[in-house]
Amino acid sequence: MQLTNRSKQVSNKEMTLAEKMYLPAVVGGLAITIRHFFRKKPTIQYPEVKKYLGPVYRGHHILKRDEQGRERCTACGLCAVACPAEAISMVAAERKKGEENLYREEKYAAVYEINMLRCIFCGLCEEACPKQAVYLRHDRMVPVFQERDEVVYGKEQLVEKMDDRYIRVANSEVKATPTEPSLTRAAT
Amino acid sequence: MDLTILIVKGIIILVIFGITLLIATYSTYAERKVAAFLQDRIGPNRAGPWGLLQPIADAGKMFFKEDFIPSQASKWLFILGPCLAMLTALMSSSVIPFADSIRFAWNKVNYEIPVQAIEINIGVLYIFGVVSLGVYGIMVGGWASNNKFSLLGAIRAASQNISYEIALGLSMIAILMMTGSLSVRAIVAEQASFFEWNVFTQPLGFIIFLTCAFAECNRTPFDLPECETELVGGYHTEYSSMKLGFYLFAEYINMFVSSAFISALYFGGFHYPFMNEIGSALEKSLGAIAGHNLATAIQFVVFFGKIFFFIFFFMWVRWTLPRFRYDQLMNLGWKTFIPLSILNVVVTGAGLLYNFKYATWLIAIVMIVLAVMSTARAPKQAVIPQRS
Ligand code: SF4
Ligand code: SF4
Repeated sequence: MQLTNRSKQVSNKEMTLAEKMYLPAVVGGLAITIRHFFRKKPTIQYPEVKKYLGPVYRGHHILKRDEQGRERCTACGLCAVACPAEAISMVAAERKKGEENLYREEKYAAVYEINMLRCIFCGLCEEACPKQAVYLRHDRMVPVFQERDEVVYGKEQLVEKMDDRYIRVANSEVKATPTEPSLTRAAT
Repeated sequence: MDLTILIVKGIIILVIFGITLLIATYSTYAERKVAAFLQDRIGPNRAGPWGLLQPIADAGKMFFKEDFIPSQASKWLFILGPCLAMLTALMSSSVIPFADSIRFAWNKVNYEIPVQAIEINIGVLYIFGVVSLGVYGIMVGGWASNNKFSLLGAIRAASQNISYEIALGLSMIAILMMTGSLSVRAIVAEQASFFEWNVFTQPLGFIIFLTCAFAECNRTPFDLPECETELVGGYHTEYSSMKLGFYLFAEYINMFVSSAFISALYFGGFHYPFMNEIGSALEKSLGAIAGHNLATAIQFVVFFGKIFFFIFFFMWVRWTLPRFRYDQLMNLGWKTFIPLSILNVVVTGAGLLYNFKYATWLIAIVMIVLAVMSTARAPKQAVIPQRS
């Protein structure tokens, strides 16, 4: 039975003397490897050089604000329910009078935490959110942890700064993953 | 011998010793770089510029690892093993003639001292003696570990080294016959003109010598003494820290020494085309002493160029060829190389009798013709009975 047209029939034919002498094959092998010696290396020197990973890369989480700087999250808990790794936890609170410029809805997350050791960067929280409040940045990775108590990200790390707003665009012009805010905004 | 000669000799010996160690150290780095390049990788590049401090980092790691001696091992032999391996490897570098000679005048006496640690007229015999002692380093280590895997590895190493030493010696005998001397310097001096280089007069001997040198150094494709799958490591299974380092280091020294001998015995040593013309021109323009020393320095550089090429070749082969199976190894040694080298000796002798230096080319030509004929006659594809 032939499964592909690339199959090759196995043969155990006698080797010719030239093949038995082994040397021509050795020389052939050496020629192949020396060609690789001079080839351009495909290696990317990672920590120094970073590659643009595309607009669909799932990196650092971010809690969005809207155009007026109000937090979009309404602490509905859908992301925490969707999260397969149970990384998200939050405490909801009621918006007081005078806080309308801080929070968009009447309910907001007083505490919003993601345990980055648990998170598997699946992006389900992003999909579950009805308010477009949580995103995974395509241009920034979660930095390496040094300490155990650094791994739970609170609102300080998650809520976006108004002077560094995250906009997701596909831009193949950007070669490296931009980590500076200027590069992110230049892409809009 | 007066004191000046002794002092200069001492300096030369120290320099050669230092160069040997330095090259062996940096061979470990070069090995990793070459391996990486052949596999489209970049290799060590974090320790120092281009990773040049990597050997030092490796050595530091070796020093700080736990120095472990199995409780049932015979302690002194266990320590002696790596020392022996290291010692024999270092000793064999002493008869390599690195360049012609240095001249200088001191107290109105003119001195001319060859650039070689010791100039003895039985150099080749000395090498054989020392190299065959190298087996003891491995054997003692494997035996003293009191571990059956180590012992098996050591026995494999010993049988491999011994069987390839015979072919190595026989292929060299053809050169000794042509030179009529056992001194390495005389063999090098014999190859003064380019087409007299032994690689051109002894092509078959060269291939046998090269292959046996690989086997003697226990380098791939003949690195049978070590094997993770069958021997849980090899003769050095029980070794750790700097003792293991000594074994590995001895391998690199062996590689350097073998490369030096290959270039000295077959590639004219420190000779290069138009060497005498350049030498006399330098002496004429710079004066007898300075010109001669400069010419010697050039020879030194040329010789090291050849050595580096062969070290590179060793690594190139290592990352190209798969290793032999043990029975193939033995077959190759006893059934192929020994008869071929004997044939080589016979044909060389006949050639000397009729004053024809390039006689061994006949063997090569006959073999090539036979190979081509067999290829032409072979059926393209064997007929395999089809299953119905
Ligand atoms: S990316 Fe996946 S694992 Fe991480 S917090 Fe969101 S839902 Fe949970
Ligand atoms: S981030 Fe979205 S899904 Fe999660 S609690 Fe806030 S609004 Fe709900």
